[in-house]
Formats: sequence, structure tokens, C-alpha cells
Amino acid sequence: MESREFHIVAETGIHARPATLLVQAASKFSSNVTLSYQGKDVNLKSIMGVMSLGVGQNADVKISAEGDDEAEALAAIAETMSAEGLTD
Amino acid sequence: MAKEIKGIAASNGVAIAKAYKLVDPDLSFDTRTVDDVQAEKDRVAAAFLASKTDLEQIRDKAATSMGAEEAEVFTAHIMVLEDPELLGGISAKIDSDSVNAEAALKETTDMYIGMFEAMADDNPYMAERAADIRDVTKRVLSHLLGKELPNPALIKEEVVIVAKDMTPSDTAQLDRQYVKGFITNVGGRTAHAAIMARTLEIPAIVGSQVATDEIQEGDMVILDGLDGVAIVDPSDEQVTEYSAKGEKYAAQKAEWATLKNEKSISADGKEFLVGANIGTPKDLTGVVDNGSEGIGLYRTEFLYMDSKELPTEDEQFEAYKKVLEGMDGKPVTVRTMDIGGDKYLPYLPLPEEENPFLGYRAIRISLDRDDIFRTQLRALLRASVYGDLWIMFPMVATLPEYRAARDIFNEEKAKLQEAGVPVADDIKLGIMIEVPAAAVLADKFAQEVDFFSIGTNDLIGYSMAADRGNDKISYLYQPYNPSILRLIKNVIDSAHKYGKFAAMCGEMAGDPIAVPVLVGMGLDEFSMSATSVLQTRSLMKRLDTTKMAELADKALDAETNDEVIALVQAAVPAE
Repeated sequence: MESREFHIVAETGIHARPATLLVQAASKFSSNVTLSYQGKDVNLKSIMGVMSLGVGQNADVKISAEGDDEAEALAAIAETMSAEGLTD
Repeated sequence: MAKEIKGIAASNGVAIAKAYKLVDPDLSFDTRTVDDVQAEKDRVAAAFLASKTDLEQIRDKAATSMGAEEAEVFTAHIMVLEDPELLGGISAKIDSDSVNAEAALKETTDMYIGMFEAMADDNPYMAERAADIRDVTKRVLSHLLGKELPNPALIKEEVVIVAKDMTPSDTAQLDRQYVKGFITNVGGRTAHAAIMARTLEIPAIVGSQVATDEIQEGDMVILDGLDGVAIVDPSDEQVTEYSAKGEKYAAQKAEWATLKNEKSISADGKEFLVGANIGTPKDLTGVVDNGSEGIGLYRTEFLYMDSKELPTEDEQFEAYKKVLEGMDGKPVTVRTMDIGGDKYLPYLPLPEEENPFLGYRAIRISLDRDDIFRTQLRALLRASVYGDLWIMFPMVATLPEYRAARDIFNEEKAKLQEAGVPVADDIKLGIMIEVPAAAVLADKFAQEVDFFSIGTNDLIGYSMAADRGNDKISYLYQPYNPSILRLIKNVIDSAHKYGKFAAMCGEMAGDPIAVPVLVGMGLDEFSMSATSVLQTRSLMKRLDTTKMAELADKALDAETNDEVIALVQAAVPAE
């Protein structure tokens, strides 16, 4: 299993468009991908799961991937995060 | 046997086509305990798949007929269907509770809807997500129950839409090519469906009360928007008769069309401006095709309502620039954000109020949330170099409100100029006259504003203390009541006393009964649905301003709405 921590800088946090793109990015991989925030874990391939966390600005989140393509999955997600301005 | 339905004539023309009912089917069900849980899980999976197929078709259709932006909402719906946790959660519920698919679906989605709605206070996007889930649930449920949901985006033949009422999101899904007319149960001439129909130049009847009961899917319907009559299952003779009526109206329209490039001049040579009201840059085609001499009302709230989040400065700039350029130097009056009342934004929750029409709305929001207001003003200022821009603030009640708005405008203007951004220096600033308090105090406002624009729908509503959407008291919507005419007269006279400009942008400006009186009072600009422009220009050609001034004096001295109608009909014979 691989995991990385992210600090969310975007003013609007993770919802609407960035959430959609993160879910789409995670769904391209076979690994299980989990988003953890404030002690709650959700499936990053689930738009409703991601939304339900209500991740706002200045949140610290952890994303873990487990499976055959876990490294690639994490790299792609990190790239989407930065392209969408969620992280610095 | 032909059936006749009467309603309010809301948009001119005659349509003959099959009925398409925009009415949700009954989706009620019973919760049952089941033995074969696998069969229920298979049913859910199949319903998800069928819903996804529907939505993909609707999205593709919407993308080609209306543009990528309108199609986006369906992409959001598809993502909900693809959510592994949702389908997984429903299957788990069927396993654990041995319930039927319908009950497991409803219970699972209700949990998400409840959770998102609870978050909506802190995070406005959540209300919209809850609405998405509700829409998707309805679709999956309809497949489980073997009922068909109306899919207006998939209409493939000419139809007349039959609905209880229509919302802006309903009309956004309609393919303009196939929709030949509307008939609704509720609403008046100023209902959304009515305004939309006039923009699309298709006939409409509103307030019929019984259309959805009396008309069945696929029934042949004649829609006479001239007299507000619909005929269900007509005889051949009726079809011939109404086809002829439709052609006669089309011929009259063609005659008006000859006035397209002419000025709006009275019989004795006085010039007026006849402009059009628009909601989005897409309406420009109709404005230009109908020979409008300007835009008297650009309702910018559609920029906010058609978006999932606050529109950015650049998005707004592009829209304003497009409209200003499209009008080629003719005046364009932009109304700043008019949210509140019956218009709300899912991402900007407003407090629940007892009387939203008397509450936190329009300029009151803009002054309170000046971050939103400043973004809009900057976009307008940047666009100002592309045409003749006039800006007006809605729902102003007091002078300090106007001054505060004007000061914010001047601050943003100075900031942009300091940054070297080109800005026109002849932008006009004005106010909408909708609040009776402002109409009464017009002589004070006239010393500070560049222009007035009278918004008659709200002015009448507030003056008569009557909600125009309430059928029980619709008789109180009295545009010609001498009390209303006196308010309007005061506004026009006050403007002229200080050399200012008086416009009107409500429905009344294009009303054939009101126009002669307004011409007599010396109103400068008449702004209306684009489709009324040529008809109004044709009417003005027959009016003598001296005689109309006499008519206006009599109308101002009349006692009732009906008395004014009779005075106008006697003074201005029908064509």
C-alpha cells in the first residue's frame, strides 16, 4: 500500500469540479483508493463518498492506494490535485 | 369529440401538433420482504444501466442542441449512477433487510440526500448534489416500476408541451426545433413559460387549470395563443379554420417585418426608442431580427442561475462583451444581479423568509455581499469599451442605496483605470423603478441618476399588494389602474424636469392598451419581448402625440382600470 498526505489550499476545498475530476482519475486504476479526512475513510472512486467528507480549505487529507497499479494511481491523483489548484 | 380548453393567451400564434406531457408519472410503491434477494439486486443493476443509457442519450442530445454547458448537469447525474458505493450500498441493504429493490434504493438515497442537505448550510454546493441524487433516484425508480419519465431533451417530432407549470430548467432541456407551443395549468402572462414562449416566438396558453387532466399524451391539439383557446382532438374543419388563422397572423407578422429597419416614429413625427429585453447573449438573434433599437433590459441573473457556482469575472465579461458587440453601438441597459424573490441560486443559500418578495433580494444582496457585486461591476466596466453601456440597479428603495451602489461602481472604475485597463467614460448609471417608494420620490432620485427604467411587473405587484402568481387575486394585476399610471407619470415628469431619460422595461411597455397612454405621457424608451417590437412600432405610427397626451390626461383622471381600457379603445381604433 502506498499513501501520501496533501494540504488543500483551494478556497472552495474539494467539491464540484475538482471532486469530479479526482473521482474520474481514481476510477481509471484497478487499485482500491481511499481518501481519509478527520478520521473518516471513503472510497475515492465514489463521488458521493468524496462529497460527504466536505473537505474545505486548509484541510489535511491522506490518500492511500492498494493494488497492482497503486504507484501510478497516486501519481495521477497528485497530478490532478495540482492541476486543479487544490494543492500548492 | 373535440374538447375546448380556455386559458390566458400568453404568446401569439397558432400551433397544431401532438401533445407531449411534461408531467411526472406516479412513482409510489410498497415496501415488501423478498425471498430472492439476488433477483432484487439484478433488478437494481438493470435499472441503473437503463438509467445510464437514458442519461447518456439525453446528455449527447443536449450537448448538440443546447451546448456543452447545459449538458453538464447530465454528466453529474451519470457520475452518481457510476458511484460504486451507491449501488453497493443498495445491494447491501437488500441483503441485510431482505427488502424489494425500490425500498432499498429509496432508503439508501434518502440517507445521502439527508446527509448532503444537512451540509448545505456550510457548503452551498451540497444542496445541488442532493437535488442531483433526487433526480437520479426518480429515474432509477421509474425503470424499476416500468413507468416512463418525460425526457423532453429526446423529443424527435413536432409537439405541443402540456405541463402543470414550467421551470427554467424544464425549458432549458427543450429542443427549440420541435417544440411548437406550450399550455400550462397555472401562471399568468408574466409566468416563465409565457415569457419563454414569446422569446421563442411560439404560441402559449397559461393558467388553463385543467390542461394536464384534459389532454392525454399524443392527442392532437390546436393551440390558439391569440385568443387563449386550445382544442383537443379537433375536427378536420377546425384544423382548416385554425390553419387559416395561423397563416393570417403570420402574414400580419410579415407586414410588421417591413418596419424592421425603420425608426419608431409617431404619426406627428416624434421619435421614440423601442428596445428589447433579453436574458442571455443567445437572445440576440431575436433582438436583431426584430429590428430593436437597443436592449432596455439585460437580465444578468441568468448568468448566475445557469451556473453551478458564482460566474467568474471573465465569464461575465465575455457575455457582456458579446451583447455589446452584437448590438453594434446601440444602447444596452444591463441590470445588475436580481436574485431573491422567486429566483434563487443553489450555491448561494438565502435565509428562509416569510416574504421573500419583501426580503433580502437584488440590490439589497449586492450591497451586503459587495464581493459578488464588485466582480460583476468590474466585468461590466471592462466590457464597456465594446459598445454603449447603461447599468441599472434593481429594487432600489432609497437614495442612500443608490449612492452606495454608485460609490462602489466608481471605486472599481478608478481601480481598473489605475491598473491601465481601458474603460468607457460615458457609462450611464440608473435605477429600476419597482418599489413604490422610489416612484414617489423620483424627483429626488432624478437629480442624481442618469436614467430610470420602470419595471412594471413588480411596481404593480407592490403597489396593489398582490402577488401576480396567485390565481385567486389575479384580478388585482391592473397595469392601467390610474394609481399605477400616476406613479409612472411622476417618474417620467421627474426625469424630464432634470433632463434625464425615462424608460420602461416591463411587460406593460409592449402592451397595445398601455402604449398609447405612455406615448401621451412622453416615455422615452419602451423595452419589451423582442417579438413585440415591430407590432409596437406599427402601432406608434398611427398615434398622434397631442391626441395621446389628451388621452393620458383623461386616463390619469379616471377611476378604474376598466375605465382606462375603454378610453384607449375609443381613442385608438383597432387596425
